[in-house]
Amino acid sequence: MKSKKLLLVAFILGLGLFLAACGGATEEEGNETNTEKNDETTSEAGNAADYKVAMVTDYGGVDDKSFNQSSWEGIQAWGEENGLEKGVNYDYAQSTEKADYMPNLTRFVRDEYNLILGIGFELKEDLQTAAEQYPDTNFALVDDIVDAPNAASITFREEQGSFLVGVAAAMKTNTNKVGFVGGMRSPLIDKFESGFVAGVKSVNPDIEVDVQYAESFADPAKGKLIAANMYDNGVDIIYHASGGTGNGVFNQAKDVKQNDPEREIFVIGVDRDQYDEGAIGNHNVTLTSMVKRVDVAVQDVINRGVNGEFPGGEQLVYGIEEDAITIASTNEEAMTEDIISAVEEWEAKILNGEVEAPATPDELETFLESL
Amino acid sequence: MSNKVFNIIVPVISVILGLIAGAIIMLLSGHNPISGYAALWNGAFGDSYTIGETVRRITPLMLTGLAIAFAFRTGLFNIGAEGQVIVGWLAAVCVGLYIDAPMYIHLPLAIIAGALAGALWAFVPGILKAKLGVHEVIVTIMMNYIALYSVNEIIRTVLTDGETTSATIAPTASLASEWLQSITFYSRIHYGFLIALFAAVLMWFIIDRTSIGYELKSVGFNPHASKYAGMNVNRNIVLSLVISGSFAGLAGVMEGLGTYGNISVMGGFTNLGFDGIAVALLGANNPLGVVLAAILFGTLKEGAGEMPTSAGVPTELVDIIIALIILFVASGYIIRWAILRFKKEEK
Repeated sequence: MKSKKLLLVAFILGLGLFLAACGGATEEEGNETNTEKNDETTSEAGNAADYKVAMVTDYGGVDDKSFNQSSWEGIQAWGEENGLEKGVNYDYAQSTEKADYMPNLTRFVRDEYNLILGIGFELKEDLQTAAEQYPDTNFALVDDIVDAPNAASITFREEQGSFLVGVAAAMKTNTNKVGFVGGMRSPLIDKFESGFVAGVKSVNPDIEVDVQYAESFADPAKGKLIAANMYDNGVDIIYHASGGTGNGVFNQAKDVKQNDPEREIFVIGVDRDQYDEGAIGNHNVTLTSMVKRVDVAVQDVINRGVNGEFPGGEQLVYGIEEDAITIASTNEEAMTEDIISAVEEWEAKILNGEVEAPATPDELETFLESL
Repeated sequence: MSNKVFNIIVPVISVILGLIAGAIIMLLSGHNPISGYAALWNGAFGDSYTIGETVRRITPLMLTGLAIAFAFRTGLFNIGAEGQVIVGWLAAVCVGLYIDAPMYIHLPLAIIAGALAGALWAFVPGILKAKLGVHEVIVTIMMNYIALYSVNEIIRTVLTDGETTSATIAPTASLASEWLQSITFYSRIHYGFLIALFAAVLMWFIIDRTSIGYELKSVGFNPHASKYAGMNVNRNIVLSLVISGSFAGLAGVMEGLGTYGNISVMGGFTNLGFDGIAVALLGANNPLGVVLAAILFGTLKEGAGEMPTSAGVPTELVDIIIALIILFVASGYIIRWAILRFKKEEK
C-alpha cells in the first residue's frame, strides 16, 4: 500500500525533473539562435567550405526513388567531393504536407544557408515568396519557373527524353497498345505525356496510347490499379511519370510477370534509372528509364554559386544536349540493338533540330497532324 | 471522483504518457530526448516567426476539431470534415477572386461562402441519414473523394487554364495582415485565429445555452427517448451535420483567405479533417478542450520540423507521439481504472 504511494511520488518527481531539464535546455538554445542572427551576405566567390546548401523536398520525401532523391544525391556528391559535413554545410528538410514548405524554407534562411533548393513545382509559390522576402539568400527551384533576381529556375526538357522512350516503346510493343500513367495533370506532366505520345506515333501512328492519371504522386495503390486495368486491356508497355505512384505500376507489372513469366510486359521508369525496381526472379520488367539528371543540374548550380556566378533570375533548361536527359539501357536483354539504334537515330534528329519534341497538348496536336 | 474531473485528468495523463513514451523511443533509437524536445519547443516557440507559424497551424485544426466535436455531441461521426474543408477553401477563394467589393462586404462574404459550402457538403450525408438511414460515416468518406477530385478539376478548368494553382485573391478578401506578419518576421499568421476562437465560443453557446443545443445533445444521448419526448430527431441530425460542416468549411476559409490566398490542385487530402478527429477526441468534444488540444497538436506538428535539423530526430517521431496520445486517450478506461485502484488502496 505504502510502496505504491511511494512509487507514485517517485514517478511524479522523475517527471518533474525531466520537464525541468527540458525547460532549461530550451532556454539556452533559444538564446543561441537569437544571438546568431547577423546579416552575413551570400555569394562570395571561391571556397566550397564556406558555402552552405540545403534542399526542401516536396511531400514525396527524400527517399522517393525519384527526383527528390536524385537532387539529394547531387548535393551529397558535391559535399563529399569537397569533404564537407552533412548538417553543417549541406542538409535537407522533408515536407510531409504543403503547409511545411514555407517553414522549411525559412528555417534554412535563418540558419544562414547560401543556397536553398526547392524540389518540385509544388514549391513554386512558397519559394517565390521566400525569394522576395529574403533577397540576400539564393534560391533555386527544380521543375518550374520562379521570377526573382536571387532565384534560379532549373527545368528539364522532359519531352525530349519522353519522346525517346516513346520510340523505344513503339519498337518493343507486340500488341500495338502502350500506356501512360501520369501523376497529377499539370503543365509539367503534360511534357512527359506529349513527348511520349509523339515518340510512339512517330514510329507507328497506329499504336494506341492509353493515357491515365492517378491524381497523386504518392498513391502506389492507385498506380497498381491503373496498371492492372491497362495490362488487362492488352497494353504491354507502360510509361509512368508519377513519382511514388509509379511504384504501384512496377508492383503490378511484377505480379503479372510472376504469374505468367511468358507474357512480355514492361514498365518504363522515370527520373532515375529504375532498373532495380523491375527485378523479379530472373526477369526484369523495366524496359528502360527516362533519366532526368537532377543531380547533374543541382551540382552545376551549386558550383556556379560557389564560384560567385550564381545564375540568379535565369531560367536554366537542361536537355539531351547538356547530358541531363538520358535514356537508360541497363536492361540489355529487353533493349535490343534495333531499339537502341532507333532511339539514337531519333536522338540525333532532336539534337540537330530536325524534330522538335512537343511539350504541351497543343504542340502535340500540331505535331500529330504533321505526321 | 466525478466524471468531469476524469474528463480533464485522462487527456492530461495521456499527453504526459505520450511525451514520456516519445522520450523513451528517442533514447532507444540513440537520440537525446532532451535536445529532441528542446528542438521541438524551439521549432514551435523559438522566436516570433515560429510562434506566428504555430498559431497559423493551430487555427484550422481548431475549427476542424470543433466541427467533429459538434457532430459527436449529437452522436454523429463526421469523417467528412476533410471534404468540407476543401469545398470551403474553394468557395472562399472563388468569392475572393471573382467578386469586387469593399473589404467590409467582401471579406465577410468570402468567409460566409466558405462556411456555406462546408455546410452544403455536410447537408448531403445529413439528409441521407435522416431520410434513408444511410450511415453518415460511409457517405461522408465518399463525399471527401468527390470534393477532392471535383475541386482539383475545377481549379484546372474553371479557375485556371490547365495550371495547378489559382490566381491570388483580392486583398479586400484576405485575412492576412501585414501588421501581424511584420511583428512575426514574415510568418503566415493571419486574423483567422480570432474566427476560430469565436467559433469555439459559438459552439459552447449553442450546445450549452440554447434549446437547440439541448435537443442536439439529447438526440446524441438517446434518439428514441428524444423522439418520445417530442423532438424532431431527423431535423436535429441534419442540423447538427450542417453546423459541423460549416465549422469545417471555415477551416478551409482559413487556408484559402489566410495562409495561402489561393488554392492549388491537391495530390491528396489536407489531413486537416482527419487530424480534427484526434483533436476532438483529445478535447473530449468540449469547445475549450478542443481549443487546448488543437494548440497541443499544432505545436507538436509545427515544432517537429525543427527536430531533424537541430537534434537529428526524424519528424516521424512526432507522428508516433501523437498516435500514442490518441491511443492513451482512447484507452482512457485503463487510466481511469488505475486511478481508482490507487484511490481505493489509500482508504
